[in-house]
Amino acid sequence: MLTKSTHGIAAPLSRRRWLAATAGLMLGLASFTGASAADDTIKVGVLHSLSGTMAISETTLKDTILFLIDEQNKKGGVLGKKLEAVVVDPASNWPLFAEKARELITKDKVAVVFGCWTSVSRKSVLPVFKELNNILFYPVQYEGEESERNVFYTGAAPNQQAIPAVDYLMKEEKVKRWVLAGTDYVYPRTTNKILEAYLKSKGVAQDDIMINYTPFGHSDWQTIVADIKKFGSAGKKTAVVSTINGDANVPFYKELGNQGIKAKDIPVVAFSVGEEELAGIDTKPLVGHLAAWNYFESIKTPANEKFIKEWQAYTKNPKRTTNDPMEAHVIGFNMWVKAVEKVKSTDPDKVIDALPGIEAANLTGGVSKMLPNHHITKPVFIGEIKGNGQFDVVWKTPSLVAGDAWSKELDGSRDLIGDWVEKKCGNYNVKTNKCLGSGS
Amino acid sequence: MTPHMLTRSLDRGATLFLAIVAACGILIPLSNLLLPTDSSLQVPTYLVALWGKYVCYAILALSIDLIWGYCGILSLGHGAFFALGGYAMGMYLMRQIGTRGVYGNPILPDFMVFLNWQKLPWYWYGFDMFWFAALMVVVVPGLLAFCFGWLAFRSRVTGVYLSIITQAMTYALLLGFFRNDFGFGGNNGLTDFKDILGFNVQAEGTRAALFALSCLALIVGFVICRAIVSSKLGKILIAIRDAESRTRFLGYRVESYKLFVFTVSACMAGVAGALYVPQVGIINPSEFAPGNSIEAVIWVAVGGRGTLVGAALGAVVVNYAKTVFTSGVLAPYWLFMLGALFILVTLLLPRGLVGTFNAWWEPRKARRADDNAASAAREDGISAPKMAE
Amino acid sequence: MLSLFLIAVALPALAGPFEDAVAKFANDEFSDTEEAIGAVATSGNPLAYPIISALQDGRLMADPDTKKVFVTGTDGNSIDAASGATVANVPDSASAVRLNNRLRRSVDAALGSLTLMSPDVAMRIQAARSVFKSHEESALPVVEKALAKETSRTAKAALGEARAAILLYKADASEVDKLKAVAIIKARGDQEALALLTDIGSDQPASVTKAAAGAIGSIQNSLAVWSMVQNAWYGLSLGSVLLLAAIGLAITFGVMGVINMAHGEMVMLGAYTTFVVQEMIRTRYPALFDYSLLIAVPLAFLVSGAIGVLIERSIIRFLYGRPLETLLATWGLSLVLQQAVRTAFGPTNREVGNPSWMSGAFELGQITITYNRLWIFCFTLAVFAILLAMLRYTALGLEMRAVTQNRRMAASMGIATSRVDALTFGLGSGIAGIAGVALSQIDNVSPNLGQSYIIDSFMVVVFGGVGNLWGTLVGAFSLGIANKFLEPVAGAVLGKIAILVLIILFIQKRPRGLFALKGRAVEA
Repeated sequence: MLTKSTHGIAAPLSRRRWLAATAGLMLGLASFTGASAADDTIKVGVLHSLSGTMAISETTLKDTILFLIDEQNKKGGVLGKKLEAVVVDPASNWPLFAEKARELITKDKVAVVFGCWTSVSRKSVLPVFKELNNILFYPVQYEGEESERNVFYTGAAPNQQAIPAVDYLMKEEKVKRWVLAGTDYVYPRTTNKILEAYLKSKGVAQDDIMINYTPFGHSDWQTIVADIKKFGSAGKKTAVVSTINGDANVPFYKELGNQGIKAKDIPVVAFSVGEEELAGIDTKPLVGHLAAWNYFESIKTPANEKFIKEWQAYTKNPKRTTNDPMEAHVIGFNMWVKAVEKVKSTDPDKVIDALPGIEAANLTGGVSKMLPNHHITKPVFIGEIKGNGQFDVVWKTPSLVAGDAWSKELDGSRDLIGDWVEKKCGNYNVKTNKCLGSGS
Repeated sequence: MTPHMLTRSLDRGATLFLAIVAACGILIPLSNLLLPTDSSLQVPTYLVALWGKYVCYAILALSIDLIWGYCGILSLGHGAFFALGGYAMGMYLMRQIGTRGVYGNPILPDFMVFLNWQKLPWYWYGFDMFWFAALMVVVVPGLLAFCFGWLAFRSRVTGVYLSIITQAMTYALLLGFFRNDFGFGGNNGLTDFKDILGFNVQAEGTRAALFALSCLALIVGFVICRAIVSSKLGKILIAIRDAESRTRFLGYRVESYKLFVFTVSACMAGVAGALYVPQVGIINPSEFAPGNSIEAVIWVAVGGRGTLVGAALGAVVVNYAKTVFTSGVLAPYWLFMLGALFILVTLLLPRGLVGTFNAWWEPRKARRADDNAASAAREDGISAPKMAE
Repeated sequence: MLSLFLIAVALPALAGPFEDAVAKFANDEFSDTEEAIGAVATSGNPLAYPIISALQDGRLMADPDTKKVFVTGTDGNSIDAASGATVANVPDSASAVRLNNRLRRSVDAALGSLTLMSPDVAMRIQAARSVFKSHEESALPVVEKALAKETSRTAKAALGEARAAILLYKADASEVDKLKAVAIIKARGDQEALALLTDIGSDQPASVTKAAAGAIGSIQNSLAVWSMVQNAWYGLSLGSVLLLAAIGLAITFGVMGVINMAHGEMVMLGAYTTFVVQEMIRTRYPALFDYSLLIAVPLAFLVSGAIGVLIERSIIRFLYGRPLETLLATWGLSLVLQQAVRTAFGPTNREVGNPSWMSGAFELGQITITYNRLWIFCFTLAVFAILLAMLRYTALGLEMRAVTQNRRMAASMGIATSRVDALTFGLGSGIAGIAGVALSQIDNVSPNLGQSYIIDSFMVVVFGGVGNLWGTLVGAFSLGIANKFLEPVAGAVLGKIAILVLIILFIQKRPRGLFALKGRAVEA
């Protein structure tokens, strides 16, 4: 479909230019691929958003990994090589997560990636990690229902956070009526499905459960807080289980405080509110509201105090807080180092096989273990918000809780287990003894 | 399309552009598949996927340039048509997973299983067939654009008002697709695709083929746009852009012309979205975000509004810059650079890269041109537009 | 428990058990603390009230090593909790006794009984309310005694309601008393009354059950009406937030025709100005904290306004007559500003506190009105009025209107149009900054703050009609109210979608918004 040229003179020139342009483009592409891997370091990918809406949470995790790498290098690195961080910014843009993951693995040839916060970012990079066979450590509490060969989940599964929290409220606060309030996305949806089934199994009537979903970044909470107040004044002890996400929490808590909902009347237990989120609010009106996590900064153990001290020294900020996903990265990082040292290689296949069974001390005095379903064992703590933005631990599980990849409360996943050691399958049906789907 | 129309619609710049796209579409996949991986000329799969993404963005930019550059309709919601096309393709890809999902359910996608959906919602019917999905890729965005445009253009909503309601449209769709109750996977969207037409989406061959296909789509889209803007219809569109009331008083049914070009543009955006999804591996509501649509408009402005070639070029340049800036030492500062790029281009290069180049090149070319008449005819298609506002 | 306390008051304090109880506070076990609260509250020791109120405020310090417990007073003096002796200073090893929610309720109950006879009316009312809530039979004698002595009308009513609540739930109360109780509770007419009546159980006399059912019906009816009022208020409040966010845009976009995508960032800068002001006040002059917002308002106006003028001079002025290109440049600008704030202040939320006069709520009939929303509502109207007056009565306002209506004519009349442009843009940006001060009271102060308001602001301005401030006012309040009446029916997400669809359809009907400008300039 070439033009019939009307420019006798210009035609040869045009062809030459065209060739030159094409060649230039190819060269540009080729130079872009130029291998830059030096053999004397081991590269570690850091895939956390540094701009956009998620920067608020993820920037700290990037700093955490840089800090851990720094500490490890002071100890001589791993396998006699220094670790080198490769930081990219997926900018809270989910397709960009996949692109950056691919870049880290193919171009930078990283041995392992620590990253992601939201479920959707993890889902976005998942196919890339499977295709290119690399390792992702995912440090955030999430909805479960997943067990992948290439992913290690160091955050809490629902049974390590939501269910113990509800148990606590039932036993200690004698709660009879429940508001399940969440942001409308997969984590709250799934968690609330699980909790609803769990509460019903404990004899809570449908009328005593109110479920409410709001959009991301919801900022006008007047109506919903008034509804909660109304729901809570029906004579039975009421509590709110909040899976409200990040940004929406501050206006939510401000409205709660202003409408005079006190923790002693209607306690709110949150799964996504930690020390970082509270740093943006005046917590005095919120004293007594609860959060369930696997780690709190205020827990007094030698390991935690040492970690906080070194972290604040590293960031040169004596007020810098620590939080649960950070601890998850600490555990994950130490587990990876141990696994690499065990197999004396950073080859993903070997490390993936070595990881289950590896144990690493957590910061709260216990020893977490990587399970065959690629989740870890964690203690569960319930903390009450204090006036200074920290938490006061009021309850903890007697021992570490093993993370369930598949919830026992949901119809679809009741019979599933993840077992990458014996069954080599992430979604194995124990009833039919079959690995479902493609099994990968 | 007669050969005569083709020749008339393609000048040298356009031919050059088509040749480059065609060369990329053939050479890059061949180099990726045939050359050994250690060869310095081999294009790694990672780059094939990346450039495939750019090409899809280029098609989107082209569709925006068609309505903005030639008809003065500034849509701040074109990302919505792109995303709808993407969802249509995503739904097909989801249905192809079949029993290979984590729950092994042959009908329901995974996200429906774990949210206890019992049966497939009616609007998912038919998406297991490729031809149906492919039809929907064009029909759904086209239908939405038709209804939206029919309402808006008939009541003479123009300028800023139109821009803002297109933004309202994409924002409403964003909120809607976020809702898990809508049955499109909520915030997570659709992901974990396995096959397309029986080929593994992750295989190198499939990626190369998708890339070549995207280039082909870009070429076809470009030719269609050129054919439209250089036809008589195109002249009327430009007249509408420059003086809408006058065109109407001359007896043209302005709203019909606008509606036609708006719908065509939405269909193109839908195709771009459909090609984008298998290459990126995920489609989710954030594609509807108003910010994305604004960014797409900015690609066009950077490349040069009303030049078509510029739109495609702008999309590639901006996204390439984004890829480079978001890695390495520049990562913390990339928004500064991107923001500065937008400001500087608007201030210093109001006609965009290609428009500025043309303005510099045209006089020189005119001096050398031996056929003044042909040159004049061409000029209508390329010269930088006056703002319609 | 209360009667015990009253008897005990007459007796000399017993040294042993009281001191043992106090020492339990030092064990740092919730169960021990609970026992200690019970024992101290019923001990009759005059120190009981100081100890328990100190516990509530976190001023009760315990030394785990020596098992000594101290009450630190608000005036800085401390006493030994067991003996009441003044101590010079509390040892460093002592820390505040911890509470959890269950203990807080015990503390409240203990304080409630301890304060029914308090000389402070407000405290007596509060005590009566907590008895109403708990309606424990054991409190009846004290309530009746307090009722007999009570002189304040409000306190008397509260005590009467408390007594009614107790009687209604008392198994052996007479039918007549119970019917009277139902009537009193019905008159109260709020959610708590409804809860109390709903929960009375089946072992009541038939007449009481019937009366209760009637009362429930009438309370529900009146609450339904109140909930409409509540929705209307919430709508006005949301509308005022929308108006505040949009009003600056109504000037830059509506009057000047500049599509300022960085408008949200001006709001954000205002919020960060508030943060900086509060930080300074916290570290240097803590006493001024309640005035922090008053100080922040003019500063935010100046900061955002100055940046606005700077933007106009360096970018916007080259783009007049090309409104859609201002969109692109200001979009780039918004990215830069966001990232600049992120670099300077960090990506996390910053704490901006509510001054005391903006915290809490009051009851108006059966609805709760929070002070921060009320003040924002008033503030918005004030800003709107001042702006309107400024445009109408000042020389600058006149010049602005002249330039907007006919730039060339205005220039011929000797108005320095470029100066007016800069000032107008500065004014719009400055008002956005003021909006940021108000929004910092109800929303996150983060680099993303502006982004969440920009789309809504554009909707408001376009819906109301570009170039008309009254349109913006009406637009903001109609969208706010519509949203709040849709939300309970459709849910927050669907409600918002419905509003957007309505705006799209409305624009078809009136392509230039609610209050369209007329005249030849419009068609240009």
